Amino acid sequence: MSPAPPGEEAAPAIELAGLTRRYGLRAALEDVSLTLPAGATLVVFGPNGAGKSTLLRVLATLLRPHAGTTRVLGHELPKDGWAVRGRVGLLGHDPLLYRDLSPRENLRFHARLHGVGDERVEEVLDAVRLGLRTDDPLHTFSRGMVQRTAVARAILHDPALLLLDEPRANLDPAAAELVEPLIGAASGRTRVISSHDPAGGLAEGDLALGLVGGRTALLAPAGEIDPAQIGALYR
Amino acid sequence: MTYGNRLRATSIAAALVLMVAFGLAFFSAKIEADQGFSQKIFYVHVPMAIVALCGFVFGGIMAIQHLRTGLAKYDLKSYVAIHLSVVLGVGVLLTGAIWAKAAWGTWFEWREPTLVSFLIVFLLYCTYQPLRFSIEDPEKQSRYASVFAVTAGAFVPLNFLAVRLADPYIHPRVLNQAGGDLPDSFRLPFYLGILGMALLFSALYQYELSHKNSRAQLRQLRRKLGGEEEAVGRSAAPQVSSS
Amino acid sequence: MRTVLTLLRKELLLERKVPQLVPAMALFSVTTFVVFHFALQQRDVDGDLAAGILVVTLLFATILGINRLYVADREEGGFDAFLLAPVDRTALGVAKALTLFAFLVLVEFVMVPAFAILLFGPGVGWELVGKLVLVLAMVNVGLSVIGALVGALAIQTRARDLIGPLVALPLLVPVVITAARALSPVLGADGPGAMEGQFLAVLGLYDLVFGLLAYALFDFLLED
Repeated sequence: MSPAPPGEEAAPAIELAGLTRRYGLRAALEDVSLTLPAGATLVVFGPNGAGKSTLLRVLATLLRPHAGTTRVLGHELPKDGWAVRGRVGLLGHDPLLYRDLSPRENLRFHARLHGVGDERVEEVLDAVRLGLRTDDPLHTFSRGMVQRTAVARAILHDPALLLLDEPRANLDPAAAELVEPLIGAASGRTRVISSHDPAGGLAEGDLALGLVGGRTALLAPAGEIDPAQIGALYR
Repeated sequence: MTYGNRLRATSIAAALVLMVAFGLAFFSAKIEADQGFSQKIFYVHVPMAIVALCGFVFGGIMAIQHLRTGLAKYDLKSYVAIHLSVVLGVGVLLTGAIWAKAAWGTWFEWREPTLVSFLIVFLLYCTYQPLRFSIEDPEKQSRYASVFAVTAGAFVPLNFLAVRLADPYIHPRVLNQAGGDLPDSFRLPFYLGILGMALLFSALYQYELSHKNSRAQLRQLRRKLGGEEEAVGRSAAPQVSSS
Repeated sequence: MRTVLTLLRKELLLERKVPQLVPAMALFSVTTFVVFHFALQQRDVDGDLAAGILVVTLLFATILGINRLYVADREEGGFDAFLLAPVDRTALGVAKALTLFAFLVLVEFVMVPAFAILLFGPGVGWELVGKLVLVLAMVNVGLSVIGALVGALAIQTRARDLIGPLVALPLLVPVVITAARALSPVLGADGPGAMEGQFLAVLGLYDLVFGLLAYALFDFLLED
């Protein structure tokens, strides 16, 4: 991991105070406040359209916050987005890979953008065990294989903060186990995970956030929440 | 925020100046030797074209302000200026066609570079509204519209240069020598015509701005009162949340 | 600069693995010559007509290219992937303009010989080729710059296939005017004549102004 600048170590990984993001006049996120210590995991629950993906994209610097303060890895967004970029890894529904290129070509492209050496590409390719298929174009892959490549892409530059949007949706149990050391709790990274699975999500998280219509409906340490409370969000 | 303060004064001034200008043009300016009475349309056509082009460039300048500051009011100003200039542009092309028919016997004259350039500029700005309309997210819409407006604003003079170069012009003496050896009896109504047209533009501009703003204020008040949100349809016009 | 090269290499790799744009543009331009032949009912063209056909065909092939320039990035998440990297965002615009420029050069290797064989009346000598290369290079710069800018503008709209050509076409009229006027003496019936410098000067000015403008404005088309 890239050494953190002095003073950043102690700062919480994520600090939100009144974060608001609008689409036109409609608020996709409204007045969301929370603090996540470095190394901890935040699970975000909520029905479709509740603002989970918007939250992840704001944290990834892809969307500008419209109001409130947003500090990620000690830097304020959107002002210091450049300092955050390159230190977060985003794994969303979209693999962010070119379908006509092979995993190796895709990852080499990302490695150059992030200033990472080619040996790291081989390292992560080994880790997701694509075997002999690392030079086949991606459009010949199953969804699970694509997702494994996407995991490799997300952690290629060894990000301090991982943003995972239902990361295991397309993975079979064996593949989920395979990527566990890369994106699981053992990876030692700060994580924000969006999930639809109350029990599994709560087991994985330190802090749980429930969003309904862009507003905070629930915010508590994951250990203190009953899965039934999560189920209630969807009603 | 209100834009309506000077609206009444500007409207009256526009009406007065235009009346004087057209009055002078009709009754005092000599009938042009070559073209006869039809040349009178010059006092409408040319001021309108000049004001429309200035409106396009003004829209570009407001767009630069918008991109620099990110303030929605500049996008609104840019939108209104361009929108009005397109409307004036229709007038310019219509009066131009009438004049061309009377002077040269054709509805459009390709050897007339000013008219040709104006047509190209007009065609470009006609895409402004569809461009806005096809972007749903209002913030993105205004940002993209501003990028367009800046590009198109720079395009206006460059395009004129290219078109003018392409053809040796045959334009009627009056127009190209405006200010030069334009007879005095032509000059006064011509300048007054420009002034009046600019005032008219300014009045319409203020009117539309204040209309858009009061609608935004109304919407906000309604939301505060009832909480019941009025459904806002997809729109090409900037949505201002006034404060 | 390194970012630009990385992006450019990716574009060329994509086009080499799955050739799409260059063959399409080349094929389109040859077909357009055939269409011109029948529409104008002429076997041999020279001068004004030849210059016009060549420039207009190149323009339409470019419009085809502009429409596809960003499609892979939009549909396969290339924009987001790029925006997540700690690099200068304008690099994407520069890389796209260079990509389009490279594609246009490749297309011209097919298009110009096809034009000479199918439509062009006068003989072809080195002097003609030299002047043609000069003008086409300047035209390509203008087309690439506008293409990179308008393509990025159009790709985020709902009606991108409509907005792209609609905006690009009037914006490129000055390129057509100056290039056609510069080329018509070069393609004259009695061998290449002298070019009039003023058209090249305005074309150069156009390239410069819109190059700088696109460079300054491109960032605003990426932010969300």
